[in-house]
Amino acid sequence: MLALLMLNILAYMTPNPDKTQIIIHLLSVISQNSAGQFFSSGHTNNWAVLVCTSRFWFNYRHVANTLSVYRSVKRLGIPDSHIVLMLADDMACNHRNPKPATVFSHKNMELNVYGDDVEVDYRGYEVTVENFLRVLTGRLPPSTPRSKRLLSDDRSNILIYLTGHGGNGFLKFQDSEEISNVELADAFEQMWQKRRYNELLFIIDTCQGASMYERFYSPNIMALASSQVGEDSLSHQPDLAIGVHLMDRYTFYMLEFLEDIHPASKTNMNDLFKVCPKSQCVSTPGHRTDLFLRDPGSVLITDFFGSVRKVELTMDAINLTDPIKQMEENPVNGEEQKEVYSYADQLPVSEIIHQKPKQKDWHPPDGFILGLWTLILLVFFKTYGIKHLKHIF
Amino acid sequence: MGLLSDPNRRRALISMLTRLNAPICVVCYFAGVAWFMGLAFEPFTLRTYMSENAMGSTMVEERFPAGERALATGREFAAHKKKVGGMPVDWLVKNMQDRGLEVFTQSFSRTLPFPDENKERYIVKGTNVYGILRAPRAPRTEALVLSAPCSPGDSNNQAVGLLLGLAQYFRNQIYWAKDIIFLVNEHDLIGMQAWLEGYHHTNTTGMSWSPLQGRGGSIQAALSLELSSDVITSLDLVLEGLNGQLPNLDLANLFYAFCQKIGVLCTIQGKLQRNDWDSVSGYSHAVQTMMLMVMKQASGRPWGDHGLFLRYHIEAATIKGVNSFRQYKTDATTIGRLLEGMYRKLNNLLERLHQSYFFYLMPSLSHFVSIGYYMPAFGLLAVILLLRALDLWVQLNTPPSTTEDGVADIDQVRHTLLSVLTPLVISHLTGVALYALPIRFQETAVEHFPVSETEAVVLTAIAIYTAGLALPHNTHRYYIMSAVPDVRGWRVLKLIAVLYLAVLLGCTALINFSLGFILALTLVPLAAFVTPHVPKVLSAFILVILSPACTLLFSVFFFQELQEMPVSFQDGWLLYLSVISQGILDHSLYGSLVYPLIALLVYPCWLLFWNILFWK
Repeated sequence: MLALLMLNILAYMTPNPDKTQIIIHLLSVISQNSAGQFFSSGHTNNWAVLVCTSRFWFNYRHVANTLSVYRSVKRLGIPDSHIVLMLADDMACNHRNPKPATVFSHKNMELNVYGDDVEVDYRGYEVTVENFLRVLTGRLPPSTPRSKRLLSDDRSNILIYLTGHGGNGFLKFQDSEEISNVELADAFEQMWQKRRYNELLFIIDTCQGASMYERFYSPNIMALASSQVGEDSLSHQPDLAIGVHLMDRYTFYMLEFLEDIHPASKTNMNDLFKVCPKSQCVSTPGHRTDLFLRDPGSVLITDFFGSVRKVELTMDAINLTDPIKQMEENPVNGEEQKEVYSYADQLPVSEIIHQKPKQKDWHPPDGFILGLWTLILLVFFKTYGIKHLKHIF
Repeated sequence: MGLLSDPNRRRALISMLTRLNAPICVVCYFAGVAWFMGLAFEPFTLRTYMSENAMGSTMVEERFPAGERALATGREFAAHKKKVGGMPVDWLVKNMQDRGLEVFTQSFSRTLPFPDENKERYIVKGTNVYGILRAPRAPRTEALVLSAPCSPGDSNNQAVGLLLGLAQYFRNQIYWAKDIIFLVNEHDLIGMQAWLEGYHHTNTTGMSWSPLQGRGGSIQAALSLELSSDVITSLDLVLEGLNGQLPNLDLANLFYAFCQKIGVLCTIQGKLQRNDWDSVSGYSHAVQTMMLMVMKQASGRPWGDHGLFLRYHIEAATIKGVNSFRQYKTDATTIGRLLEGMYRKLNNLLERLHQSYFFYLMPSLSHFVSIGYYMPAFGLLAVILLLRALDLWVQLNTPPSTTEDGVADIDQVRHTLLSVLTPLVISHLTGVALYALPIRFQETAVEHFPVSETEAVVLTAIAIYTAGLALPHNTHRYYIMSAVPDVRGWRVLKLIAVLYLAVLLGCTALINFSLGFILALTLVPLAAFVTPHVPKVLSAFILVILSPACTLLFSVFFFQELQEMPVSFQDGWLLYLSVISQGILDHSLYGSLVYPLIALLVYPCWLLFWNILFWK
């Protein structure tokens, strides 16, 4: 503000034609600083690696967990080409599924998270510890297709979500092998040294999940888990028609929380840490932020879950060849240039999920406030005499 | 020096062993019996729980609607059965085809070795009808079986009706991952044996059957249904199968879990469980339930049509509907829902039931005792035999008071060995005679005596058994006379007999704990105390009382008492004769091993002790 004032005074004081150039230069310097403040995260692209490690029909809920996170992540803008989805078993087409080609996350079949545009990259027996670590570290054979690779760079924010059966220090893959927390920490260190991520958000929904992030030692990692060491993560609700538990509690409440996020929302990580308190989850969710350089309160949810496009600013003029017309200078904040369009909500899930509708209009005050006012009125009339009541009634 | 290699310590140990042998044996015997009785005491048992993760809890929605229609189908079945005078094959085939199953039939025939008086059959010819419901989307690798028997008269009509009703309902669902085979078998166990042999391409009992045209993959579990009334008051679960084999406990847990969910009264051994385990009557109730299971398991016969599945490692149980004098009645729709729930959970299985116990005893439907808890009862009894053997070994190794030179020693050893071998061989030959002769000589017996074939067989068996009692007087003629009186002879024989009995009972108890334990209860005391020097008449009487045949007689009376249907002596004796004939029939029809075990192994062992008693 002060700088702007000074600029005006300057403009007033120097009446030569270079004044405009100086003003523009100064303007851009100022706007670069505020732009720098505005784009506080250093990432330019988002990736997601979503893994469900358990197979068999009675582990339906793990597949539903992963698919609901997939759904949120896709809805908030990360495209399939930037999502590596690993599902260890096929629940939608399992012979025991009474509703084939669907995977439900809410009972009474309210929400089908399988949808019709799911792209599974690693399926069935391809979900192994080796493949998972290769995806993370990028050591894949040259013949691997692009959809199966994590092609992140040093400006990528990566969301890693794991779910399945786990224990103290390990996660079980496919009933036959395990990944330990040490292996995972080393994989993340490899990623850091190969400059494969800018910031990493690690979420795990298993029993004793907090043990998986104990050993991390690479910078810029934030971790969340659904339960502490020694606690079990519990499943949420069974559907009697399908005959299995549909979701785990932590991911269920996280899905509810994420359904309220839209690409422009400013909710930050501190709200995500509060998802599913002990009263709802029975287990105590945990998180770890000591390796993360920024303050979690300044990290937006959409930094990891969405793919909000950022703009790279450059102050240097770029010489383009002739046939290309010179464009007018782009304003600093690309989002507010024209009116913002948004897609109509095809399925208003947030209204379905929330059992109590959010009351945005005025409603009569609660009993406490009523009682307080009654007390105040009574005291008033007692002090100043009952005869004043006559004037009211 | 070590404990056993130091001669002083060894001598001290040996002297302690010989001094304390009899008291320790008595203590062990009573400890074994007390341990067994204590198994039914509720704090010593465990609550049943579902071990298989894939089956999980009972969270399915059962929606079977057509109980009344199933009963109507049952009435139609009864009418057609009466019209045809047997199994209405054509009606069943058409009915199953109309419900959308792939229907096949199998005919079988068998001539029994002698007429079966309980079921009044001799030459059995029949047809099994079964329909296969193919899983809509799954490969045909696994199957489940639901069977109902076609019984003569008015029994089990509702069972067949409910089976057909469930078949129609199951056909409309798309969540089956295994084929379901709906089987109606004729002549209960004989038909079931023919079907199982045909399904698994084995022929172990000499039955002739036509090969099966349609098959469903390896069978994971089977349930057999017996329902003879329109409404029931309780459902009874029958677990004991052929040779005392039991299905995996998870099947019983599944049944109990669904009974609790749907709210049907469920019993085992026909007895309802009680909550007052700390009162005397509550404890005796639990003991009665457990003893019924022990008796049924020891008899080695299949107590329901499911009993023959167990041999093929297929977990199976029979569910019987009981209609007694209770106020609250359950209708066919509820039974259908219970079965639907059970089958939906069995459908979720990924591998055969193996997570829970295969060897257990159930004092009530919600509590069980596993093999680790009941085996020590038998172990304590077997220890007596080992102690006795050690004692005999010590006695045999102490040098005799008169010393002999080397040549005579060898002779004496040889004579002892020969004189021991003779009773062994003769006892076993008698056992072979007991096993083979009754059936072989039934025609000659019928010619000479005014009895039916069945009675001839049974009475021949008893006659041979009793004739064996006379043997010691005759076998002495065949002993090679030796100059030296072999006082050690009977000790060697007893040592061999005791060890033989220990091995025999041990192996039996591993496979069929109840049979092993009951035999041990009677045979171990007599093996322990019998010597030529005890008073002859009294011991002879005790030996006969404790012999396998008398044990069987007492068990028959005891079993009737437990079922609260005590019999008079005449009826009991007739029942005893029929039990023997059933045992022989079971062996030739289904391969039950109780009769050969008793005739070929236990009886000769007992005869050895009889020989020891009358040793000269």
